[in-house]
Amino acid sequence: MQKLIRIEPEKCVGCKTCELACSFKNAGEFAPSKSRIYNEVFLEEAKFITVTCMQCDEPWCEKACPKAAITKQMPSGVVFVDEHRCVGCRTCVSACPFGMIKYVAESGKVDKCNLCGEDTPECVAFCPTACLTVDEEDKPLRQKILRFVNTMKDGQVEG
Amino acid sequence: MSKGWHGKLLRVDLSAGTCNVEALNEEWAKDYIGGRGLASKYLVEEVPADTDALSADNKLIMATGPLTGTYGAANGRYMVVTKSPLTGTIASSNSGGYFPSELRYAGYDMIIFEGASPHPVYLQIHNDKVQLVAALHIWGKPTQEAEDAILAEFHGDAKVACIGPAGEKQVLFANIMNDKHRAAGRSGVGAVMGSKNLKAVAVRGTGGVKVADPRAYRDAAMETYGMLRANPVTGEGLGALGTPVLVNIINQAGSLPTRNSQTGTFEGAEAISGETLASTYLKRNKSCMGCFIGCGRVTKLSGSRYEGDGEGPEYETLWSLGATCGVDDLAAVTKANYICNEYGLDTITAGSTVACAMELFEKGLIKEEEIGMPLKFGDADAMVKMIELTAKNEGFGAKLAQGSYRLAESYGAPELSMTSKKLEFPAYDGRGLQGMALQYATSNRGACHVRGYLVSPEVLGLPEKIDPQATEGKATWAKIFQDFTAVVDSSGVCLFTTFALGVPQFAKFCTTATGEPYTDEKILEVGDRIYNLERVFNLKSGVDPSQDTLPKRLLKEPLSEGPYKGAVAKLSEMLPEYYEVRGWSTEGIPTDEKLQTLGLA
Repeated sequence: MQKLIRIEPEKCVGCKTCELACSFKNAGEFAPSKSRIYNEVFLEEAKFITVTCMQCDEPWCEKACPKAAITKQMPSGVVFVDEHRCVGCRTCVSACPFGMIKYVAESGKVDKCNLCGEDTPECVAFCPTACLTVDEEDKPLRQKILRFVNTMKDGQVEG
Repeated sequence: MSKGWHGKLLRVDLSAGTCNVEALNEEWAKDYIGGRGLASKYLVEEVPADTDALSADNKLIMATGPLTGTYGAANGRYMVVTKSPLTGTIASSNSGGYFPSELRYAGYDMIIFEGASPHPVYLQIHNDKVQLVAALHIWGKPTQEAEDAILAEFHGDAKVACIGPAGEKQVLFANIMNDKHRAAGRSGVGAVMGSKNLKAVAVRGTGGVKVADPRAYRDAAMETYGMLRANPVTGEGLGALGTPVLVNIINQAGSLPTRNSQTGTFEGAEAISGETLASTYLKRNKSCMGCFIGCGRVTKLSGSRYEGDGEGPEYETLWSLGATCGVDDLAAVTKANYICNEYGLDTITAGSTVACAMELFEKGLIKEEEIGMPLKFGDADAMVKMIELTAKNEGFGAKLAQGSYRLAESYGAPELSMTSKKLEFPAYDGRGLQGMALQYATSNRGACHVRGYLVSPEVLGLPEKIDPQATEGKATWAKIFQDFTAVVDSSGVCLFTTFALGVPQFAKFCTTATGEPYTDEKILEVGDRIYNLERVFNLKSGVDPSQDTLPKRLLKEPLSEGPYKGAVAKLSEMLPEYYEVRGWSTEGIPTDEKLQTLGLA
């Protein structure tokens, strides 16, 4: 089973600590523009939405890469960019429908979430509300199902 | 200088219309850290103390700290430093949100605005591309509308700080709003911005902030996260109920100033409490940049006779527009809070000034014809109307726009203004909480709670419980809290973290971020230096030690009910000791020796 970053938007408070933690670990500075995870704040609606690469099973970026620099690694499931092979052509940037891989001018390569390799993803380690977790099992999905199940249970007539 | 500080400031001459980048003074940065301290140093060096606050000779400084834009606690604050038009003292008002961090990502530690523009302008910053642009089309617009207009024409991801109509009209307690709902609230910094014809600052930054020792900085942050999580105030109370958690707590302590401080207990407290807000208009809580606590209240008025949505009210506002006006109508308080944010008014002074007017009216010193309506304590609709008139500087609101001191003085009753150094108290009665009485009297910007929050030990028991009624030892508590707070305000971190964090955590952050060795002793020395720097500026500006005092009501009229019934503020028991602990003369003047020790002479 592959681990994934699980996101529960209803727990988010819009602090962008995930962006800070990610860029500090992976780019060496606190720079939201260099983060691999994105926390968007919708002030009027009071909604906070966080997105990052979901490590697709059939990655568009991998298919698009003319240099075979992007591979879906198993068993981790991480969609990995080999910086030695990447030539910075940005074909993958065009191919990803979610905008989760980007070109970095400083390195001349593309950059995306790799779940922080062997470590706990830094965004998860620093998320103050546990809006972000990392797990093989989709526990937030299980919680949603349980909420639905409980609604159904409460509607049952006794006897 | 490249770690912690960027080493760059932006100097904007509004008279000439020029923007220039300057190197930050390294020695000053080390001695004053940043934010409040460093900006105060620049102001003191560049603006004579006797300058007219609303003239082009005053300067307006927006300053971040070396920790602004990083993680660790709640590291997203900036300070607006200028000479206050309300008090004549040095002003520094703090705000969070996202704007302060964005300024750092654009590559700047601070902006100094000088002169005055001949016509309305706003500043656009896109990394190293900086320009002043015409703002006639947004002049007159409320803060949120102005921000939307700027985002649409400049950059959708920009962060904006701006003034509202109150700042444009130089209401003496106008604030500067950023990210729509966050306020650099007190002392009239928005009026100074308005006097310069500067509507807004919009910034988009795509760079970052580096620290000197990343590994040690991360370790320090992990440690503080644990401390913030384990602390009952930062880990639980502020997230769940926000600052409004205090309404019931302070009322039970008999220290919620009610009806212009005539009593310290409000019978309607429950109706305007954090608990009631949570069960009515609260939608969810929200953080500022990099904040662990998330005390912001996102609210919407639904099912009430008023309409609107936004953030707040915070505790101080629930008190200023509620208890001290005798108003127990949460919808009205929330509505008036929205008006203050949209027009750019400090809610504390705004509400307290209305309360003062209510007492003047009830005592027959202001006639109904002059106000245009009766103005009795407890009249929620009248309170909302007065806030609106103040915000627009119209009708009787033009008198309220001068603050409670000038208002009460003009009717021959200055003693009815609940102020020190012409700044209105916030929501703690100095008769119940003696430490706060001393703090109000000695705060460098007038009666303010966020210069030395002795409520923390006196009521909340953090870092330890002390007797609110005791006077012994309060001088030392006040000095340490004031000095430490000056450093927190200079580093770029939110004061709320100090419920859980102490000097050692700040020493560690400042050291690992900047590479300069800050010991615990050095941190407090920096605070002492900042406090004395501000004091000397105030003395030179004519705010003499005779103003280290409180209104007669607090000194002479005992609390009529509550746990501290019969108490008055025993300032005379604490003030001489305070001067001594500070190393000042018995007259309250910093001695030459003291100033030399701090490098200020």
